[in-house]
Amino acid sequence: MSRIAARFAELKQAGRGALIPFVEAWDPDQATSMALLRGMPEAGADLIEIGVPFTDPMADGPTIQAAGKRALKAGATLARTLAMVGEFRREDSATPVILMGYLNPILSYGERRFCRDAAEIGVDGLIIVDLPSEEAGLLAGDAEQNGLDIIRLVAPTTDDARLPKVLNGSSGFVYYVSITGITGTRSASSEALAAAIPRVRRVTDLPIAIGFGVRSPEQAADAVRTADAAVVASALIETLAASLDEAGRARPDTVARVLEQVSSLAEGVRRARR
Amino acid sequence: MNKPIPNSLRNGPDGRGRFGEFGGRFVAETLMPLILEVEQAYLAARRDPAFQPELDRYLADYVGRPSPLWFAERLTRHLGGAKIYFKREELNHTGAHKINSCLGQILLARRMGKTRIIAETGAGQHGVAAATVCALFGLPCTVYMGATDVERQNPNVFRMKLLGAEVKPVTSGAATLKDAMNEALRDWVANVADTYYLIGTVAGPHPYPMMVRDFQSVIGEEARAQLHEVEGRLPDVAVACIGGGSNAMGLFHPFLDDQAVRLIGVEAAGRGLDTHEHAASLSRGRPGVLHGNRTYLLQDEDGQIQEAHSISAGLDYPGIGPEHSWLHEIGRVEYVAATDEEALAAFQLCTRTEGIIPALEPAHALAHVTKIAPGMPRDSILLMNLCGRGDKDIFTVAEHLGVKL
Repeated sequence: MSRIAARFAELKQAGRGALIPFVEAWDPDQATSMALLRGMPEAGADLIEIGVPFTDPMADGPTIQAAGKRALKAGATLARTLAMVGEFRREDSATPVILMGYLNPILSYGERRFCRDAAEIGVDGLIIVDLPSEEAGLLAGDAEQNGLDIIRLVAPTTDDARLPKVLNGSSGFVYYVSITGITGTRSASSEALAAAIPRVRRVTDLPIAIGFGVRSPEQAADAVRTADAAVVASALIETLAASLDEAGRARPDTVARVLEQVSSLAEGVRRARR
Repeated sequence: MNKPIPNSLRNGPDGRGRFGEFGGRFVAETLMPLILEVEQAYLAARRDPAFQPELDRYLADYVGRPSPLWFAERLTRHLGGAKIYFKREELNHTGAHKINSCLGQILLARRMGKTRIIAETGAGQHGVAAATVCALFGLPCTVYMGATDVERQNPNVFRMKLLGAEVKPVTSGAATLKDAMNEALRDWVANVADTYYLIGTVAGPHPYPMMVRDFQSVIGEEARAQLHEVEGRLPDVAVACIGGGSNAMGLFHPFLDDQAVRLIGVEAAGRGLDTHEHAASLSRGRPGVLHGNRTYLLQDEDGQIQEAHSISAGLDYPGIGPEHSWLHEIGRVEYVAATDEEALAAFQLCTRTEGIIPALEPAHALAHVTKIAPGMPRDSILLMNLCGRGDKDIFTVAEHLGVKL
């Protein structure tokens, strides 16, 4: 069983949903993002999403754009993101790690080589924002061969006729983009989520994570009441960004402040009755 | 529109929006249903016998088509070789070829029931054309424009505002065309229900490269007929500048199956192809995915997109339309480059010999014409797309010539 499937099975047993915090690789530097990654499981992360910096993140709002910019300035690359996962895996072999990013760095690395290297180093799943199901064939074979889950995005614009097509060939879990918009801008209402998630459930047995606009412990709790996991990204990056000094460097309390927020999000998720 | 002739180079793209391995629809799932809707609506419009006549009426009475074909006699004598003809797209209403596609697309947006238009712009020519058709159809228009370009293309910014458009300066990245396109895509994702994205070039996700090409092909169709009338034959060479590549595709496409016609696209070499300051995606880039399509891109070894540079804001783009990438790979079109300096020289030459102030974009095409025309026989014919007028560029040119206005 894959790490992702195993983790969701455990959580089902425990009767609770998952918290999936996000960390942008190398934001604002390697050491800080590595410390965040290392500290997340203890702070209550059930799975972790690592953002792969890209110059043109077309689905991201200002917060993640700025994170990517800081990371690239610090020297982030796809290979260096993989190296972080390798370092993480020396201490943690259970927490699933998902890379989220855009297609071009992967094409540049080479699809086949990337899937092999990523799986070997301990990556469990991929979320590629600009790879819709129509184009997924580009990576599907190599990902499957290496046991990497391709996590598909479903949006409010994905209608019932289209859903099965989008979810065909997906694995790991389904990522429900809760708003029509970019990251870190607005949030969906609980009512909207309560209407949307059953629509997706009818088409898949995979766990469903809700992302885009999940910011507070209450919203995270809301998300896992209807779905199986909550992804929190921009809210954590805002905390990180606010902790930086004038030159954009991490301060001594940067890591602690972000992890503290992960803890309170985790509490929210754990308190949520299902 | 394309007739399905076997072995024709004009049959692309395939059902998945591919020209060979280029093109496609690499967008977020949120946009995907909308992209498919645009495609369906466009195909339906093409089948609707009322659509093209309505567009033709606007092109004739509003834009002033057909644009003239001008024999540049003094320039021809000056260069001493091939007979040079200009396809005068700069005489179109709004001063460039961009209006051709804007009219086609706004008719489509209206068919789709969209009530708000967004666009990206580099030099501002597409922004002005988009703002113009929005004024004509009474639709609100938001134009994304890199902050750097807002500065160097101030006259066009004012024009757009006069036309009632909201111009949003984009400060991310190098604050040029690529970043404006990112921001327009972000707007679209957030406003899928009512908004139509009016893309200015033959790039972006399918069906845009095909659709913009179809709307711009009127340039080549007309030029072909006009040349036939005055010379009784096809040109030997056709030349056009390339940023995203819409004016070049419009000129080239109707000649693709005429193997005797040499087609040459001129990219911006900026400060030189061997510097890092140019916009020559085909000469110096490699295939990748950006803005919804697979094409040649300027990128580093990690697949991060590099900033382009050109004196001309309209060519300052690190990518190129996917059909050009395909035509490059199969060798049907030659792609060369001209530097900022060469374009400036051609700009002045055109102004003084023909009394036409060209935009800096087609000045790149003209720079190449000045290189090849002298070596061609006097009875040969060289057709160049003069795709925009240079009024917008006089401040930039003055600055480079050290003149204070």
